[in-house]
Amino acid sequence: MTVTEQTLALFGGIVVVLIVASLIGFLLQRRYAAEGPNAVIDNLNTRIKAWWVMVCVISFAFAFGKAGLIALFAFASFTALREFITLLPTRRGDHYALGAAFFIVLPLQYYLVWIEWYGLYSILIPVYAFLLLPIVAALRGDTTNFMRRVAEVQWALMICVFCISHVPALLTLPIPDYEGRQVLLIAFLVLVVQSSDVLQYVWGKLLGSRKIAPLLSPSKTVEGFVCGVASASLIGAALWWITPFEPWQAGIMALIINLMGFLGGLVMSAIKRDRGVKDWGHMIEGHGGMLDRLDSVIFAAPIFFHITRYWWTI
Amino acid sequence: MNSGDSGGYPAVRSSSGARLLKMRAWSMIDMLFGTAVTLLARGVTGVRAEWQGCAPDARSRVYFANHTSHGDSVLVWTVLPPVMRRNTRPVAGSGYWNANATRRFFADRVFHSVLIDRNWAARNGDPMKLMTDALDAGASLIMFPEGTRNVTDERLLPFKSGLYHLAMARPQVELVPVWLENLNRMMPKGEVFPIPLLCTVTFGVPLTISAQEDKSAFLRRARAALLAAAAARAAAQ
Repeated sequence: MTVTEQTLALFGGIVVVLIVASLIGFLLQRRYAAEGPNAVIDNLNTRIKAWWVMVCVISFAFAFGKAGLIALFAFASFTALREFITLLPTRRGDHYALGAAFFIVLPLQYYLVWIEWYGLYSILIPVYAFLLLPIVAALRGDTTNFMRRVAEVQWALMICVFCISHVPALLTLPIPDYEGRQVLLIAFLVLVVQSSDVLQYVWGKLLGSRKIAPLLSPSKTVEGFVCGVASASLIGAALWWITPFEPWQAGIMALIINLMGFLGGLVMSAIKRDRGVKDWGHMIEGHGGMLDRLDSVIFAAPIFFHITRYWWTI
Repeated sequence: MNSGDSGGYPAVRSSSGARLLKMRAWSMIDMLFGTAVTLLARGVTGVRAEWQGCAPDARSRVYFANHTSHGDSVLVWTVLPPVMRRNTRPVAGSGYWNANATRRFFADRVFHSVLIDRNWAARNGDPMKLMTDALDAGASLIMFPEGTRNVTDERLLPFKSGLYHLAMARPQVELVPVWLENLNRMMPKGEVFPIPLLCTVTFGVPLTISAQEDKSAFLRRARAALLAAAAARAAAQ
């Protein structure tokens, strides 16, 4: 199959899954309508609707290839960074540093991914932003909570820009016999992470009883975690045909992605609890903000990128 | 556009078809500008309305908000449902908005502002009459009872008496406290560019003035209602 055929087959499959999910949601709603409003079913249907929207947006970006994907993830980074900074106790002395983060570092990072300058996009934020932004903040002369403030801005950039940009950066990996098909690696990563989120939710609702991290994320259960990660990893193995991996390798990659995604979700929950909020934002009804949707992708993307780069590129 | 001739449109003196057509074209342009402003405001601030204490209502109301930036009234205006937005007029200082043709265009044609001269000596119209006329014509008002932008660390400055006089003049009109969050963080006074942050506009529990209430008691109560809206916002997160 060519890359176009594979992409079409993949999206065709996703649309079929969504149609089935919508039908199930509709039937559940009809069946239990007599018993009054049901929060779980309403939430399920809101999520399914939001999925349709997200699949449309992502397909649109895929249709425009590299430019579309870089634009999509740059926008995701912008929105995520805005959500993150909104929750930080920033001071007026951070104004220039924050301006540099939004208007210089973010566009520059995606420009470097666009021109495929791996040597610089992989260190722009960990080295240059790390050193230069505290200088900018220090020159403003406000020392109140200084250490904490510069650390928080750096963290915001790492999470929202550096990590997210590693999703479109997959396009720049030179993998033998896989040229021109890297776009499917993005599809693999996003599909595996999101199916893991959905399956953990579904398994948790079906047989969840023991809480896995009651202090961080009270809705997550051991059963949801184990069954969700296992089934999503099987889905990953079954998707080997769109990757440069063998089926067993695709399964292991999916397992690593899912574990990172789950643990990343816990870290992001800890931050939300610390800041006293339930969701990062209200962008998509039923899904919270951009960071609520991307938290697992964020932690999985750079690891997936570097494992693939180390073992599969020339 | 409210029913009275308060939006800066010329009154229709003859019903000549050409003039009507021209007016309609102009009002389309005004609305396009209005929509563009709301889209821009949403794009930068991702602004969201929280109707904590009341529901949207097309009746004539006074929205009174904390004042921290030049964008405050635009943000309140943006989150109102379109039908109400067309009928809601920010009260603003004429000194700023009449300074040049662009500002005048936005104040008159896009926001339908009620422009008040802050300078007592040079004032030619009675500001209270401008506001009550707008309410009587069925419009709602957006005003900032602190009187000036709050650049201090205080959450809210003491209220000026304008809100009290307006409430006395039209005691039946609901006064809705509106808490604006984060706009001041986006662009602190003296900075030259804004930082994109998520803003919220929280509508609190409306109040009306009671018969025997004196000025300071009423202003204290109104200020407390606005702080309560802020507290409700913090609790809802």
